[in-house]
Parts: sequence; C-alpha cells; structure tokens
Amino acid sequence: MHPAPSVIAFTVFSGFGFGLMVFLGLGWPAPRGTPAFLWWGLAYACAVGGLTASTLHLGNPERALMAFSQWRSSWLSREAWAAVATLILCAPTALSDWLGLGWPRLPGHLGALAALATLASTAMIYAQLKSVPRWNHWTTPALFGAFALTGGALAAGHALPGALLAVLLAALLAVSFRLGDAQFARAGQTIGSATGLDRIGTATVFEPPHTGSNYLLREMIHVVARKHALKLRSLATAAQVAAALTAAIPQALPLAVLLHLAGALVARWLFFAEAEHVVGLYYGQRVG
Amino acid sequence: MTTLPAHTDRKLGLVIDLDTCVGCHACVTACKGWNDQGIGLSDQNPYGADPSGAFLNRVHSYQVQPATGPSQIINLPRSCLHCEDAPCVTVCPTGASYKRAEDGIVLVNEDACMGCGLCAWACPYGAREMDAAAGVMKKCTLCVDRIYNENLPEEDREPACVRTCPTGARHFGDFADPNSTVSRLTADRAGYALMPDLGTKPVNRYLPPRKKDRPQDASLLAPLLDIKATGFAGWLDKVLGKV
Repeated sequence: MHPAPSVIAFTVFSGFGFGLMVFLGLGWPAPRGTPAFLWWGLAYACAVGGLTASTLHLGNPERALMAFSQWRSSWLSREAWAAVATLILCAPTALSDWLGLGWPRLPGHLGALAALATLASTAMIYAQLKSVPRWNHWTTPALFGAFALTGGALAAGHALPGALLAVLLAALLAVSFRLGDAQFARAGQTIGSATGLDRIGTATVFEPPHTGSNYLLREMIHVVARKHALKLRSLATAAQVAAALTAAIPQALPLAVLLHLAGALVARWLFFAEAEHVVGLYYGQRVG
Repeated sequence: MTTLPAHTDRKLGLVIDLDTCVGCHACVTACKGWNDQGIGLSDQNPYGADPSGAFLNRVHSYQVQPATGPSQIINLPRSCLHCEDAPCVTVCPTGASYKRAEDGIVLVNEDACMGCGLCAWACPYGAREMDAAAGVMKKCTLCVDRIYNENLPEEDREPACVRTCPTGARHFGDFADPNSTVSRLTADRAGYALMPDLGTKPVNRYLPPRKKDRPQDASLLAPLLDIKATGFAGWLDKVLGKV
C-alpha cells in the first residue's frame, strides 16, 4: 500500500496526542498552571494537528464534515465521532487543570475512555480490510494501542511504566513482523482464485490490461524500497528499546519521547509499505 | 446510507463468457466513452509520455497451463461485481457509497464523496479508481443512465460494454430471476464468482472456457500413408515377404 506521508503523520501524531490524553484525562498526572497548559496543549496540538493532516490526502476535503454521518457502519466515521468527543470531553478538565478551577474530573475520565475508543476506531479502519491480509489481524489494533499508550506514558512523565510499555511495544513489533509475513499466504488468495482460472490450470500473466500506470498500481500494488525492509524493521524495534533505556535517566525523558516517535514513524511507514493488497494478484504482482 | 440493504428486489449484474472473449478491449473503450461523456472519467497527460486515467473496466490476459495438454490464453475483463455484501459500501464514512435496494447496483453519490479512497482499499477486485481531476471515486454504474433511459432505443438500454461486445461475450440481466438469460447461462455453464472466500458475495459471474478439442495423438494423415500395394506390386510384396 502507498505510504502517504499525510496518513503516516496523522496516525502517528494523533495516536500520540490521544494516548497522552488518556493519561491526562485520568489525572495521572494532574498538573496545575503553566505545566498543565503545556501538557494539555501538546496533547491537543498533536491530536488536532494529526486530524488536520489526515484531510490533506482527501480529494475533496471540504466535504470532510459528511464523514460524521455513517457511524452505524463505518469505522472511519466512528473515529471522527470518537475524536471530536474526546476533544470536547477533555476540554473542561484541561481548563480546570490550567486555571486551577478545581472542577470535578468526570469529563476527563470520560474523555480518556473516548480517547481509547478513538485509537480503537483508527486501528479498525485498517484491521477490518480483508483485502489487505497483513492488516486484517489482531496485531493491528494491538500495535495502534501500544504505540499510543507508550508515547502517552512517556510524555506524561511516567518513566517506569513508559519504559515497560516501550519494551512490550518492541516485542509486539517483532511478533507483528513475523506473523505479518505469513498473513498473505494464510488468507489463501492466489492468482488462481482471483481469476477463477485455477479450475483449468496454473495461470500466469500473459499481458497486462494497460501499459501505463493507474490508480490501482500507485495506491495498492506499487512496492517501495522493500529491499531496506529488514534494516527499517530493526531500526523501528531498536528505537523502542532505546526509548525504554533512555527513560531510565530522569532528565532524558523528552529524549525518550523523541526516540519513541522516530521509531513510530518508521514502523508506521513500514505498516503501509509492507501491506499487500489482493488486487495485486490480478497483475501478477503477488506471490500466492 | 452505507448500511447494506437486507434484500434487493432485483440483482442486476453481468455474465462474462471467458470462452468467447477475444480480449479486444472494445468494452473498455465503450465504457470509457460513455461514462466520460456522462459522469466524467478524466485522464491525466493522455497524449504525453506518462499517460494515466480512470477506467471502470480493464481486460487482463492470462496464460493458463492445464495439468496436461497445451496452454490456453484467457482474457478476463475485470469490473465492479456489484457484490451483495459489498465491503466498499460499509466502510464509506460520508454515505457517498451505497447499494440500491431496488436493483442491487452499487453506486457512488459523487456530491457526497470526499475522496478518502477507503472504499477502493476495501474492494478486493480493484473495481474502483479515483478520478484524479474530480477528486472523487469512480466505479461501474452498470450504465444506470442507459438501462432505464427511455430516450434511447430499446436495444441500447443495456450497459455500453454489453452493447458493444462484438463476440457477445458479455450479458446483462437480473440474477434474482431464475429464468433470466444471465441466470440460465450461469446454471448451464457453471458460472463462478471471483474470490468467493472473501465473503463479498459478488453478483457478476464468469463462464469458464469450454473444453477444447484435443488434437489426436496419431497424425491425421495416417490413413493416407498406409498404402496397400495391389496388382503386380501386391504379388511382389507377397512373394518377397515369403522369401
């Protein structure tokens, strides 16, 4: 799948922002005054900035508000609702923390729940797609949750839980790479089942349907820099281990957050670049 | 509304006969021509070095090697299958993508499409392509602007690809009616669906190529080559055989 920079930025930074909101909403920590402004400001900036980035890949972004209409069936629509609910629910608690108003924290707690729902919805947008076997797996929601909570814990100043989560995330990444490699074959679709010609014999591409490029090739079939995949996988995993180790030094927590985010960007790039869509079978571009 | 209808009164779709398709791409051209005039189907740099454009129908060619005998070339037109359980419909966040309860056609309301592309990701068959100029998703409409169009002569009230196919490899009709041409063709010729395991329940069916005549193992000229000698040559043949 095409690793669009806007979608990578959106999922990494909004995931980080909502992950931080889970902790701030729960009041762990519950800062006061300027620190509260900076903390909540960071969470809001990342969440809103990420959502804004996501509109950059739209063909008609002016119609984005219509994305709130189909929450009954669409995970993308549910994500929109959950994201806005989080931003609204957390607002009174953020304001109260900043100005020391002492308001009850119930909206913040509900906001933390809504943030978790947002993260789950984002993950389900990808995990629901049977057409992309690597994503259609439990590791997808597990990874999205682990990334957000690790980043959130580190950014919330929780060194030990953050470090433990980062180690867990590194392990989960390794597992997802290993399991993901077998997913396309496990899904069982081949050029034979895609064309139905397996009932006659072994099919191979004789002529492609077009000699130029098209949307399908660019968006779902085109393969980028797969030769570097192993290095990038190691880098993404090592970055989380490095973040965990860095978190052990009390003053270096911001550095741990940066290391975590750098690793998250690499891992998310791989998440898209390594995912194979079954439509590639028609073009003879998939092993299967 | 992107929830799927529980039941559609009719199930309009196509039967594509892989036995008669010669891979001429006339259906591709007719589709492009009709829909470019109607809903719009843009090209980018069409006469340049790197042409690209949105098409609703693409014809692939495969070489198929059976377990025994020579290989076959099979042309396979690929377009929207108007699935009963269409994943492209349910993922749509804006309600632009929908399946009609009256005839089962899967359509895009372009005024509501924000061009996120998720429906194209959800489709296993690559049936949807983004129009790079309009920023909205395009797909086969089963020529909904032809099949009900009373301004057209009756013989033209079928999809452009079906109307134009010079070998009659494409058939249009209602799969909910067991006596329709498409239903009977599917039953008689063991019409099949593409990637049925993915649970999309496609409506369109493909007819597998018929079994071809096998060339005989012995030469067709064999009877002509086995000449029985007669007359003097026959007598000589007999005598020499005995010596």
